[in-house]
Amino acid sequence: MADALHPPVSLPTQRSCPFDPPDGYSPLRERERITRMSYPGGTPGWLVTRYAEAKELLVHKSFSARQEGIISPVPTELAYDGPAAPGAFAKTDDPVHSKYRKLITGFFTVRRTRQLAPMIERIVHEQLDDLEKAGPGADLVEVFTESVPSRVMCEMIGVPESERKSLQRHVETTGRLSATVPEALAAVSAMSGFLARFVPARMDDPRDDVLGDLIRGGQLTEQELMGMTATLITGAFDTTGNMLAMGVYALLEHPGELAKLKEDPELMGAAVEELLRFLTISHLGASRWALEDVEFAGRTVRKGEVVTVALPAVNRDPERYENPDQLDIGRTDHGHLGLGHGVHQCLGQHLARTILRVGYEALFDRFPTLRLAVPADEIPMRDDFVHYGPGSLPVTWED
Amino acid sequence: MRITANREVCCSAGQCTLIAPDLFDQSDEDGSVVLLDAQPGAGRLDVLREIVSRCPSGAIRLEEDPGA
Repeated sequence: MADALHPPVSLPTQRSCPFDPPDGYSPLRERERITRMSYPGGTPGWLVTRYAEAKELLVHKSFSARQEGIISPVPTELAYDGPAAPGAFAKTDDPVHSKYRKLITGFFTVRRTRQLAPMIERIVHEQLDDLEKAGPGADLVEVFTESVPSRVMCEMIGVPESERKSLQRHVETTGRLSATVPEALAAVSAMSGFLARFVPARMDDPRDDVLGDLIRGGQLTEQELMGMTATLITGAFDTTGNMLAMGVYALLEHPGELAKLKEDPELMGAAVEELLRFLTISHLGASRWALEDVEFAGRTVRKGEVVTVALPAVNRDPERYENPDQLDIGRTDHGHLGLGHGVHQCLGQHLARTILRVGYEALFDRFPTLRLAVPADEIPMRDDFVHYGPGSLPVTWED
Repeated sequence: MRITANREVCCSAGQCTLIAPDLFDQSDEDGSVVLLDAQPGAGRLDVLREIVSRCPSGAIRLEEDPGA
């Protein structure tokens, strides 16, 4: 018989170190394979903090990613009722999910995203030119880390530069857990307004880009094209942006690792993987709900109950990684779940890898004396966002 | 040892191509797995086991030789 259940916990979110997962995870991970968790409002559900169980859950056919069954693991007014909008495939299951996803996966392969390196390099260097002009001394988030990924995605789907900054603010609002209902509604309706102008205009005049390809394919309605475009924008902007910023912050605060990287640029590929593992910016992890009663990790998860997979905790599981709490850019043991697992594993992961590699390389090459301009504990951290990262990153350098 | 790759199951995450681009590629059409070498040498066993473990859709299977 299974051990008695501990009283339900709420999702740990408080971090004593900006680079480490919330402190509450490790005692839970040590204690049990799956933890009873109370969702906001008192709804019972579960929490997974171990690597092996996380991997098993994320490929389990009895668990669904469909939006209508997901409950937020933390209190927020950002609630999405009912099924996902047509084309918003991240919150659907197969075969609906794969029908949409397969139409664009060809653009995000390892080879295709590496071929985008010259475009990404151009954007990275243009933003670094701006950084150079702005300083010495500037906010790296504003000038560099949030601009690069959004410019890359806008270029891939043909969104004009004049729309980018406002889209960025809308994406930010819809990812801020403390946003009020009026704030979130305003952001969602501004985003929908943009899509309702942009997508039909492109349907009349398809360009040579990802959206143009989808339009010419002729398989999607206007509504579906809008859902796919929204998914690409929200998936690409603040995810890679936060990871780019967190990586720079972590390397500046781990000078030994940064020195190793500067000495041996060949380490960059491994360094990017290790930063994805160590920093896992998915603050709330991945949630699924049970389609039926299911035995999982020695417990019975009831039909309809939600399970949250704490990806930041999973990637620090000592059963999986040696010295899990150490940032070691020479680590060769990857296989982290920082980009998820199962069929929903991040679509843009290879694009993100290319942006991170090019971004870190160019930044530290052009600004070899880069350092924080304020004490590390004064960096404001976004712990009330779906994706974790610095709200601003004041840096400076020798002219 | 023999590798099989099921393109119907594949979700085009590209872990295989990332880890061993000499053995796997992705189609330009939908990114699904393209097997370049179904019977690599026994020296690749460890890397193939890692690929099977990291494949998020379970599309890649490895039949190890008996006794290997």
